[in-house]
Amino acid sequence: MNILLLAIGAALVNNVILSQFLGLCPFLGVSKSVNTATGMGAAVIFVMTISSFVTSIVYYGILRRFGLEYLNTIVFILVIAALVQFVEMFLKKNVKSLYESLGVYLPLITTNCAVLGIALSNVQSGYGILESTINGCGSAVGFTIAITILAGIRERIEHSPIPEAFKGTPIVLITSGLMAIAFFGFSGLI
Amino acid sequence: MTGILIAVAVVAGVGIVIGILLGVAGEKFKVEVDEKEIAVRALLPGNNCGGCGYPGCDGLAAAIAKGEMPPSACPVGGEAVAAKISEVMGVENADNKRYVAFVKCAGDCEKAKDVYEYVGPKSCKLAQNNPNGGPKACTYGCTGYGSCKAVCEFGAIDIIDGIAVINKEKCKACGKCVTECPRHLIELVPYDAERLVRCNSHDKGLQVKAACSAGCIGCTLCARNCEAGAITMDRNLAHIDPEKCTNCGVCKAKCPVKIIS
Repeated sequence: MNILLLAIGAALVNNVILSQFLGLCPFLGVSKSVNTATGMGAAVIFVMTISSFVTSIVYYGILRRFGLEYLNTIVFILVIAALVQFVEMFLKKNVKSLYESLGVYLPLITTNCAVLGIALSNVQSGYGILESTINGCGSAVGFTIAITILAGIRERIEHSPIPEAFKGTPIVLITSGLMAIAFFGFSGLI
Repeated sequence: MTGILIAVAVVAGVGIVIGILLGVAGEKFKVEVDEKEIAVRALLPGNNCGGCGYPGCDGLAAAIAKGEMPPSACPVGGEAVAAKISEVMGVENADNKRYVAFVKCAGDCEKAKDVYEYVGPKSCKLAQNNPNGGPKACTYGCTGYGSCKAVCEFGAIDIIDGIAVINKEKCKACGKCVTECPRHLIELVPYDAERLVRCNSHDKGLQVKAACSAGCIGCTLCARNCEAGAITMDRNLAHIDPEKCTNCGVCKAKCPVKIIS
């Protein structure tokens, strides 16, 4: 039950984009069409789940053992970047179809602040390995939800007469602000 | 002191292990990548802005290499990059034969008559839902609400006197306006094509005259006088084939309604 609450809480209540403001670059950059947004979301789910798992192993297995918790940021960056590179190579060779649907988004996520942010918040909240993985997966699902909704809205915005001053990124930022307010309503959920 | 040394050793150790792993994996999972893709990727600006609609330059490079996107798909690189990429891709160089969009209508506010006053949204597509497809008496001509202007990313289209006018210098022939125009008025023509019929009406002469003073009445004078045989008549509308046209200007002089440029 706790696990379920954790997943829902990570996806909706503490939405990684709309209430923690992490990972805004892909949120604004890759939300032009629903197709690319869902592709990006799938890649984020994939990477964030794996990286949450691996970073918590590294944290408990290496850093904690040597009393080096304060090095978690730098080590996590190393591990995540290498992990994404490795996963990309692996997919390119062995799972061609998955690489083609995720591949172009993977390099973008290598240094994504959301992935690192979730890895850090996992250890800061004292989550174990299983909880970290669930939290990472839930957060990534939240990311996918938010970016897909924004992409859907942006596809419709395209056809609306927007005042000159708000064209482009400004109207997207206003939209995401309104979405953040709407997601605030989920805080009563758990 | 030992704390620092342990920290250095652990981070360095992690780095070395990762480095070795990635190095081994890089060899093991080596995949032949399309040479063209690498070459195209090297030519793209590389700031991964996403302006092309792909998530990064790699994505666009792959799409160009496969031929899914034209070499000019990068809005940042502009013509210079497009020219280099088209060289790599071996497709016809953009400079070699440059195309521009052309609006087949000259019926501005003065020349084309309105049959009613239109107060709806200023969108060509929405105006199509109204009687007659918009206020203009001519159901073929430009309604002038600028749907093409809205999709043009290069600012090459202006609405002047109620019709869309293409700025030949700014036009990159991306073709977005061609698909956007609900009346299919816009086509891509060679940059150097001078003689073009600025009308799209297939109506008969009498009806055209009643609707617009700048419409092709289908008199066939141009087709009969064209020495190069470049002009054909299609349902009361003259069409000039830019491949055959010699720019002699006879059609322009003969046209009684002065719609050949």
